[in-house]
Amino acid sequence: MRTLLLRALLQGRAVMDRPQENPDMLAEVAKALAARARARLGRSLAIREVDAGSCNGCELEIHALNNPVYDVDRFGLKFVASPRHADVLLVTGALTCNMKEALERTYAAMPAPKWVVAVGDCAHDCGVFAGSYACAGPISTVIPVDLHVRGCPPAPIEILKGLLTLIDVDDHVDAHKQRDHAE
Amino acid sequence: MNETKVLKITELTHGHATGRDGFLRFTVSEKQWTGLVRGCVEGLHDLSSLWFDSDRVLMALITRDACVKVIASLECNHGHYPSVGQWHPPAIRLERAMRDLHGVTPEGLPDDRPWLDHGVWPRRKDEGLKKKNPTRSRYAFLPVEGEGLHEVPVGPVHAGIIEPGHFRFTVNGEVVVRLEERLGYVHRGIEKLISGKPIAQAAKIIARISGDSTVAYAFAFARAVEAATATEVPSRAVLLRAIMAELERISHHINDFGGICNDASAVAIQAHCSLLREQILATCARCFGHRLMMDQIVPGGVGVDLEKEAIAELRRLLAACKSGLQQAVHVYDESPSLLDRTVSTGHVRGEFVSQFAAGGFVGRASGRNFDCRRDIAYPPYDSLEFDVPVRQEGDVNARAWLRVDEAYQSLAMLEQLLGRLQPGSIDAGLTAAKKGEGAALVEGFRGDIFMSVRLDEKGNIARCHARDASWFQWPLLEAAIEGNIIADFPLCNKSFNCSYAGHDM
Repeated sequence: MRTLLLRALLQGRAVMDRPQENPDMLAEVAKALAARARARLGRSLAIREVDAGSCNGCELEIHALNNPVYDVDRFGLKFVASPRHADVLLVTGALTCNMKEALERTYAAMPAPKWVVAVGDCAHDCGVFAGSYACAGPISTVIPVDLHVRGCPPAPIEILKGLLTLIDVDDHVDAHKQRDHAE
Repeated sequence: MNETKVLKITELTHGHATGRDGFLRFTVSEKQWTGLVRGCVEGLHDLSSLWFDSDRVLMALITRDACVKVIASLECNHGHYPSVGQWHPPAIRLERAMRDLHGVTPEGLPDDRPWLDHGVWPRRKDEGLKKKNPTRSRYAFLPVEGEGLHEVPVGPVHAGIIEPGHFRFTVNGEVVVRLEERLGYVHRGIEKLISGKPIAQAAKIIARISGDSTVAYAFAFARAVEAATATEVPSRAVLLRAIMAELERISHHINDFGGICNDASAVAIQAHCSLLREQILATCARCFGHRLMMDQIVPGGVGVDLEKEAIAELRRLLAACKSGLQQAVHVYDESPSLLDRTVSTGHVRGEFVSQFAAGGFVGRASGRNFDCRRDIAYPPYDSLEFDVPVRQEGDVNARAWLRVDEAYQSLAMLEQLLGRLQPGSIDAGLTAAKKGEGAALVEGFRGDIFMSVRLDEKGNIARCHARDASWFQWPLLEAAIEGNIIADFPLCNKSFNCSYAGHDM
């Protein structure tokens, strides 16, 4: 064990630098913020993940967020075990009929203010599963979605950009307001 | 049943020619059907899959020495046929699912509860047979009686980042008396959805049956379609397929080994392993254009070629994986507190893996010596040198070690595969669309994936059936946890790592 830890120390940093936010994501979240008058969530987000009918590809990439390269804890992003502890619901999948009730109940169990991030093409528009009798999606038909992260599956870096957008959107909106005011 | 004669596969095979896919196909009578089922019970052959196709039930069987593979089909009698599960329990869930999806009645099936149907699907008009029973009623878990017992319901939404499924534990204090699984939450209606679709479109859906086995599924689908259309795949493409398949296997074996350690609180090993996995995925993204190599195996060949520099990069990756894995395993093996959690935990008896024909590391950790790559010997594995590691202990420790043993084998295979790459075409394209049938068995990281494809006159999918390795592993998890403490369930579950998506389809 000592050797493993020593080696890890000597190997140098594995962690990547903070990525730049995606402007499209910022715009989508800012819009949701304005439309639904969301309260600020501060600099830290507790995230509850729900697979609502994914192929588990998205889960693999969400899992990767916790590895030492992305290490999302350093940005104040933390995955929690209960919806009652969560600020953000991270949803994947084409929303199967069989998961619809579980998703609604998970969302209802979260305290306000709360955000919903739909991860992957399936969550956006059912992806390749569109048209199936067993799918009730997309996610936005059942609960309000504040941000979509597209991709099949989206790379961890894209999911990270999306989550950082949620933290930074307040600054973004404030800056926008100030600019409008000055003009 | 008792008066039915045990039927050996070989008693029915004469006069039938083996298809391009190595499967013999024939029609059987009800009597022969039950005779073959009795052969499964007696251990003469293994049930590989069971499915329904336009008023016929089909059963894929493999002899224990894997020499003979057959697909026996039986015409249903007004939607009824003699249940396989009434004599051979591994078929019970498959038959419950068939009843839910196709309205067929397995006569004598001991379990009349629905399986994939949770009573919330919209009614389907195009159903040939009228659906019976399944309505929205409370799912009746098996009754448990006794003093001091209580139930712990878990899921479908779990505490971690995992797929949905429900586990109903009955515990006495801390000890699990019974676990009953309830699955089907991620049923996306895939078999129905791909019927009538062109091959290319179907391939995209098949690649998303279980994202963690996307390469293995694409591989199996491609092989089945190629058998149905009599397509020859260029040799470079065959090698590239195996390179992707082994990279997928290694990425999961290393990651899940770390996951098992994490569930026993050895977080440092997990961090180390997840870093290795990230290296593999990042390399795959650069070499194959996708982190999970999704959609890169296509019927007829592969969709992406390896550049020279990419081959060099993969070689460097192999070296990094080998030494990285050695370091992790060393720590594991030197930590008595960790071994204390894994040794003798979640034991699966050899009879069970043999009865259920459980594939992959779940079977091989309990002594079942079967690996499609060696025993079905599809190319390019027929020309590779490798061992199939097998252990007898059947506990979490054995399954963890098998992951490691297999990862080393895969690393050695990758060396051979990379060394054999010759310039050439990578995609033959499919021969003209026509009617046909094909089946394939491919070894995914979890075990054998069975795929059967029937094409219509236009060359579109008439019926496609896929059976994940998890179908025959999930029931064994129920047996593995019995008598263990409930706190060890995550550890047992991780050591199986069954697919919810692959099972629910």
